Amino acid sequence: MLLTGPNGAGKSTLLRVLAGLRKPDSGQLLWHGESVFADRALHASQVAYLGHQDALKPGLTVTENLALFARAGQGDMQAALEAMDLLPLANLPARLLSAGQKRRTALARVLLANAPLWLLDEPSLGLDANAITLLGHALAAHRQQGGLVIATTHVPLPLTNVQPLALPGAGDSAADTFYQQEEDA
Amino acid sequence: MIGLFWAIVGRDLRLALRHGADTMGAILFFIVTATLFPLALGPSPELLRHMAPGIIWVCALLAALLPLDRLFGAELEDGSLDQLLLLGVPAALVALAKITAHWLTTGIPLLLAAVPLATMLGLPASALPVLLAGLFLGSVVLSLIGGMGASIVLGARRGGVLLPLLTLPLATPALIFGAAAIDAASTGLPWQPDLELLAAFVAGALPLCPLAAGAGLRAAAE
Repeated sequence: MLLTGPNGAGKSTLLRVLAGLRKPDSGQLLWHGESVFADRALHASQVAYLGHQDALKPGLTVTENLALFARAGQGDMQAALEAMDLLPLANLPARLLSAGQKRRTALARVLLANAPLWLLDEPSLGLDANAITLLGHALAAHRQQGGLVIATTHVPLPLTNVQPLALPGAGDSAADTFYQQEEDA
Repeated sequence: MIGLFWAIVGRDLRLALRHGADTMGAILFFIVTATLFPLALGPSPELLRHMAPGIIWVCALLAALLPLDRLFGAELEDGSLDQLLLLGVPAALVALAKITAHWLTTGIPLLLAAVPLATMLGLPASALPVLLAGLFLGSVVLSLIGGMGASIVLGARRGGVLLPLLTLPLATPALIFGAAAIDAASTGLPWQPDLELLAAFVAGALPLCPLAAGAGLRAAAE
């Protein structure tokens, strides 16, 4: 599913709610019929989340940054690094990486999570054409195995057969209600 | 789950090693502040020996506070907090792992640094084991309460100012019993009751503080 909408429409907020990081202002969030907020740790193991920030420690190498998450998801580090073309960079500290290389490392973490649901917040941010192709391959492989992807984007992603969901902008009435609720909360 | 706990601790230890200056900062602060006291109070050995337990405890308390605002603050800023909360372990366990790392990188070095400081201030050698046992328990309390405080002020503006105001009053019982135990030991009085009370404080804080800290982390991530 592809989430689109103008800046401030609530795309990222929706992703954070789906990840179980934020409680919805109203309504329920169900996963396989169970409330997500009943056991957030269990839901977290079903989710791979890529936020705006790459969440890398500048002092650690690419492999060290990912090691904890490889352990959590029992993912294959070598395969994830290879899928994002990070093998030559594996032992470089993250502070030496460019913005696109950091994004690829963050995407490798998504692969390592081994989760059925991917929540990607503008995954192609800062990626070059080659890396976007790699991202397309990763997304296709994940969907091939029956995985779900919910991504926000402002630019076309290399995806076929997607279900778009356009969130209304801040000027629309639905969003006004949303912000009203935000202020009330 | 236990494996992941130690993996988070290991990651934090590795980070502490890479940023050695930040880690050493608290210890150097401890040593420098404690050495200021003889300069300010005058070189009377009797006075210094009498004040040594209090000086060491207060300085250790303040030094342990120094790295606390970065404990979770750095994770929140670079987005790592979200990823830690999505590891699939309870937030309280993530908090406990970070608190354990804080204790290993701040509490243990403070213990080691306390020995030469105590000798410098003229504390009798017979009181040293009590000092170390007290500081051992006390540093655990400081890490637990400090971690809880740090997660509660996480995301607040001026959190660095709020943190000591929130943490120091809660840590006063540890300070009282810890310093009293050393005092008792150096004057030959029974010191066990003080340490037992300190241990009871640890036993209370150990299950409660990580729970509060976990809730603080969840709230900060929202």
